[in-house]
This record gives sequence, C-alpha cells and structure tokens, in this order.
Amino acid sequence: MTAPQPSSEIAYNGSMKILVMEDDREAADYLQKAFAEAGHTAHVAGDGETGFALADAGDYDVMVVDRLMPRRDGLSVIAALRSRGNTTPVLILSALGEVDDRVTGLRAGGDDYLTKPYAFSELLARVEVLNRRASARESETVYRVGDLELDRLSHSVKRAGREITLQPREFRLLEYLMRHAGQVVTRTMLLENVWDYHFDPQTNVIDVHVSRLRGKIEKGFDKPILHTIRGAGYMLKGG
Amino acid sequence: MALSLPAIMKTTAARLSALYLLLFALCAVLLVLYMTSLSARMLTAQTQETINDEVLGLARAYQRGGLPVLVRVVEARSRQPGANLYLIADANGQILTGNVQSLEPGVIETEGWTTEPFSYRRFGEGELDRLRSGATDQPTPQAGDGNNPQSTGEKGHNAIALVLRLPNQMIMLVGRDLGEPERFRAVISRALTLALGMMGLGGILIWFFVGRAALKRIDSVSDASRRIMGGDLSGRLPVTGAGDEFDRLSENLNTMLARIAMLNEGLKQVSDNIAHDLKTPLTRLRNRAEATLAGRHKTEDYRQALEGTIAESDQLIKTFNAILMISRLEAGYSSEQTGPVDLAATVSDVVELYEPVAEEAGVALETTAPEALTINGNRELIGQALSNIVDNAIKYSTDAAETPKVRVALERVGNEIKLAVTDNGHGIPDNADRARATERFVRLEKSRSQPGSGLGLSLAKAIMTFHNGRLDLLPANPGLSVVMSFPLRETH
Repeated sequence: MTAPQPSSEIAYNGSMKILVMEDDREAADYLQKAFAEAGHTAHVAGDGETGFALADAGDYDVMVVDRLMPRRDGLSVIAALRSRGNTTPVLILSALGEVDDRVTGLRAGGDDYLTKPYAFSELLARVEVLNRRASARESETVYRVGDLELDRLSHSVKRAGREITLQPREFRLLEYLMRHAGQVVTRTMLLENVWDYHFDPQTNVIDVHVSRLRGKIEKGFDKPILHTIRGAGYMLKGG
Repeated sequence: MALSLPAIMKTTAARLSALYLLLFALCAVLLVLYMTSLSARMLTAQTQETINDEVLGLARAYQRGGLPVLVRVVEARSRQPGANLYLIADANGQILTGNVQSLEPGVIETEGWTTEPFSYRRFGEGELDRLRSGATDQPTPQAGDGNNPQSTGEKGHNAIALVLRLPNQMIMLVGRDLGEPERFRAVISRALTLALGMMGLGGILIWFFVGRAALKRIDSVSDASRRIMGGDLSGRLPVTGAGDEFDRLSENLNTMLARIAMLNEGLKQVSDNIAHDLKTPLTRLRNRAEATLAGRHKTEDYRQALEGTIAESDQLIKTFNAILMISRLEAGYSSEQTGPVDLAATVSDVVELYEPVAEEAGVALETTAPEALTINGNRELIGQALSNIVDNAIKYSTDAAETPKVRVALERVGNEIKLAVTDNGHGIPDNADRARATERFVRLEKSRSQPGSGLGLSLAKAIMTFHNGRLDLLPANPGLSVVMSFPLRETH
C-alpha cells in the first residue's frame, strides 16, 4: 500500500464522510488515517453487522466495503442496504479479482470494484469520483473547466473560444477527465471508463494517449490545464 | 504375503470364483436330477410293459386250461433264473403259489398297478432269518400277517407289480424287481457326488491360482502406488504387456501420474521462478528503503526513494496478479464469463490503444481485419492477450533492420479464426527458444534487459487455452509471428 499524495497537489471537492467496512484492523486503521490525511472523515466497522448498522443509521457520502467479513459478507450487506433504499455509492474491496467476481459485485449493488492489493492513491481517486455530490455533472450537456469547453451533444471542444479537433477516443478521454475535473483520475480508471477494459496494460499506453490529448488542448495556450499527479494519475483543473 | 483363508476370501477373485463355482454346481445338480428322474421314468415304463406282456401270456394260459394250467405256468416261470415275481393267492390273501415268500401288507388288496414300489422277499432268501428266529412259521405265511420283510430282514427288494383278481376271486400278482433302475440311480448319484467333489476341488485349485495371480498383480500395483505416495513421483505402475484389464488400468494410472508429475514440475518451476522474479524486486525494494534510511538526505531524496518504492511495488502487484490469473485459467475451473465477442472490434480497440505508443517508438502499426468477426469468448481476456502480444511486438520490432513494422491480421482460415501479430524485428531464431517463450517467467536472454514480468506470453497462452484455442510462435523472416487460433465453434 502506498502513502497518500500530499494534499497540496490535489484539490478536493470538500471533505467526505466515508464508512470503511474492513475486518483487518491494521488495514482499517491505515485507511482511516490515510483518508483523514486526504481531508476526509472515515468511520470503521470491523464486521458486516456493525457495518450494516452504521450505514443504515449514518449519512455517508461513500462506503468502502470489504467483500469477505465476519458475521456478514460485504455483498449481502450491500444488497440489504440497497433493498432498504440506501443509495450511498459503494466501492467493493476484494481479494477475488476474476472478471465475473467484479460482475457479481457490481450486480449486488456495488458501484466500483477494486482488487487487493491496491494502491491507496487508486482507492482515494475512485472514492472521490464515487462521491455523489461530485457526480452531479452526469446530466450536464456542456462541461466547462477554466477556459476549456466541451459540448457533449455537438461533440465540439473549444479552448478560449478556439475550436480544437479531437479523435473520437480523445474526445471520450477529455469528456471523462472534464466530468471529474478537480479529481484525480488514475490510469486504470481511464482504461476502464474510456476503453472499457479492466486489465493493467504492460506499457503505460494511457500516458501516451493523455500526452497526445494534452498536446492538443495545451499547445498554444499559456496555462497548463491537464496535470499529472505523480504516483496517482491525472487531473484536469482550470485556473 | 501370507495367504490365510480370510485373506483369500477378501480378494475379489476368490469371491467371484466361489460364486461361479456355487452357481455351476447348482446347475449341475439340477441337470443330473432331471436326467435321473427322466431315465427312472423310462425304466418304469419299460418294466410296466414287460409285466403287461407277461400278464397277456398268463391270461392266454388261463383261457386255455383254467386255473390248473395257470398255476403250472406260473410255477414253471417262477423257477427260471432272474424271473419276474409271480404270486397267486386265494380270496383271503393266503399265498397259494409263486416265487414270493412275503411282501408288504396291503399290496395285493387293491387291484391294478401298485402305486409305489413295495418291498418283498423271495423264497429262499428268508431261510436264514427264519432259522435264526426259530422257524416256527408256516412255509406259506399269510401276506400281511406281521411277518413283514422290512421288520424281519434288511434284505428286502423293491418291486412294482400288477394285481389282478381272477374270475374265481383269487388274486394274481405279476411284478418285476426294481433292482436295475435302483442300481442305475445309485450309479448316477455316485457319479454326481464324484463330479461335485471334483468340481469343488478344481474350483478351489483354479481359485487358488487365478486368485493368487490376481492378488499378485494387485499387490504389485499397490506396492508401486505406495512407493509413489512415498514421494517418488517418477515411479510407474507395472504393465505386463498382456493388454488385459490390469494393464489398461495401470496404463491409465500411469498417464494420470505423468500428468500429475508434469503439473508438479510446473508448480515447482513456478515457485522457483516466483522465488527469483518476486524476491529480486523485493530485495531491491528493501535495499532502497534501507539505504535511504541510513544516510542523511534532503526531503526530495526521500520523496524519490518512496516514489521508486511505489513503482516497484506496483510492478510486484502486477506480476502477482498475472501469476494468479494464469493459474486460475490453467486450473480450468475458472468461471470467467463468456459471450459473443467481435474480434474485429477487439483488434481495432487494441490497435487504437497502442497506436500512440507505436508511433512514439517509431513503429508502423498496420491492421488487416474484416468488418466484423464474432466468436464466443471473453472480451476482457482476449483484449488482454492481444494487448500483451502487441505490446511485445512493438518492443521487439524496434531493433528491426528496416523500418520497424507490426502487422495485426485477423482472418478466417478453414474452420479456425487466426489473429496474427507479426513484427519485423530479430524474432526468435532458435526453435527451442521459441517453444520456451510462452513458459512462465521465461525471458529469453536478449529480452532480459526489456522491462516486463516475463508473463505476458504465458498469460496469452493460458487465455488461448481457456478459449480452446492455441497460441503459436512462428518465424516471420525476419521477425516473429504470434498467432492466436480460435476454433470457429465450441468456444465454451
């Protein structure tokens, strides 16, 4: 597991209240501490029953749920919460990493799935993207970040009023980055959401795609807008 | 091995032979009984016919001269050696003449054929008995007066007879001794007993030899398996070459053992490789942390060291994930979901994904693929396999003599779909090396310097096996062609 990045580089969408259901005491403590360092508040439940009770009572922004827990397994906790009308976004943590394990997890009501061992930067980025207060952008048709503007309907991109021509994939890449502007987006998140593949490419193919995109949206403009977050991923941030 | 009876009885061979022996004996007994009763009936019928003839002759004599002639004829016939039984008695049952001295009471009371064989005594046979018992009896004792032949002597004979009542109310009995059929029956029963005895003995002998032979074979098989269980996985079960059930069993078990040995060997190789390929970066990781702690450094140095540590552990996690995935795919119980996959779309996805990388490396990435080509499979897995192969091809084409080029070609050949990734680099000239390239962690000497876990091709191979397909490495002169072959039908 890796240490969280210094907060100076990451602009957070405010502080989140996170519920961590994890039976490994040490891992849970680490997560609590790491989330706190990243500016969030995390509560820990050591087993499924406690987790269910806390989730049912409290108002959390995101839940991180270990799949295998004593007293009640993660998937059944999620299913029970969903059937009670709880729509809090859930990230499932699991040592099981098969494609269909992921499918089962998402079908049970999970919103994202991360296989152990994971990098904390990856977990943090995913949790922040899951935060429902940050995902209100889904419905917007035009994304604006600084002087960059993307129209989802006409598929046009402008920066400072200047038209930028993008390939279809570059458009989707930028669309995803802009939807999560101000949040760290990892390479695997990009591969999953832009290419719909869930494996780790051997070479950092994503980096080359991003640097191409960066060339198109930054070349000829003063200010950088697409930032590389070392050890974590990328972030689109205006101004 | 001691061959005690309970031990023998525990063998399947012994049990089976005992069962067969029992069934066979039962059949033999039934057959012999049937034969005996049939021949006895035939003999009885023959006897009755003889008696009938006799009676006809006597009847003619009676018609000719009445009772005196009949008596004379009877007396004459009675004296002939081996004669039939003759008896003439008065209405009260008092014996008047004939060669029967005494017979079972009640035999002459009912007319017609005697219903069952009866015992009797001829004249001359009972003399000794009578002398011994005082000989006070009349020479012509009344039939049924208690001078029962069965009670006075054991030497009675059995006979069947026809009892007739003459017109003057006198009784005539004509009979025949049953000695012959009874001897026949005795012979049969002796033969039967002997046959059964011999059968039993033969059975036990066969049982002993066959059972022992089977026992020996089974024992040698269990000895061999004990040795193998003891850890000698190279041991094999004995095959005699007879081609019988034991040989077939041994051959199958040997094939199984070979497979186990192979898997075991694979496992050993993997653990060796894990030891090497995971321990090396772990050691590096540890050394770096130690070195950073030991000296006095600026914050920036710590930062760099930590970043290096993160990169290193990410690589470790990747390697670890790949190992897990390969073993799950190879174990074959993987429940990865399959469905229709458009290979043409997968090709364009992966090529599009790698196009910038290729361009940056100065490699021309070309594609030839039909509009759409759908198979049943797992899109994620196929995408991963293809991207590993394309990744490799781009890396290894950079040392090409001419412009580096990677061609991805998807086409249908016969009843296979071939997805070939061909580069024009140095390839793998050595056939043996090419064959080894898909083994886990094998990184041919030249590629040691390249980054990567050495698992890319192994994972691709495992994925192809999962899809009932093949992964072949062919020379492309120059360069290498990695061909994924999918069967057109039956992919899970």
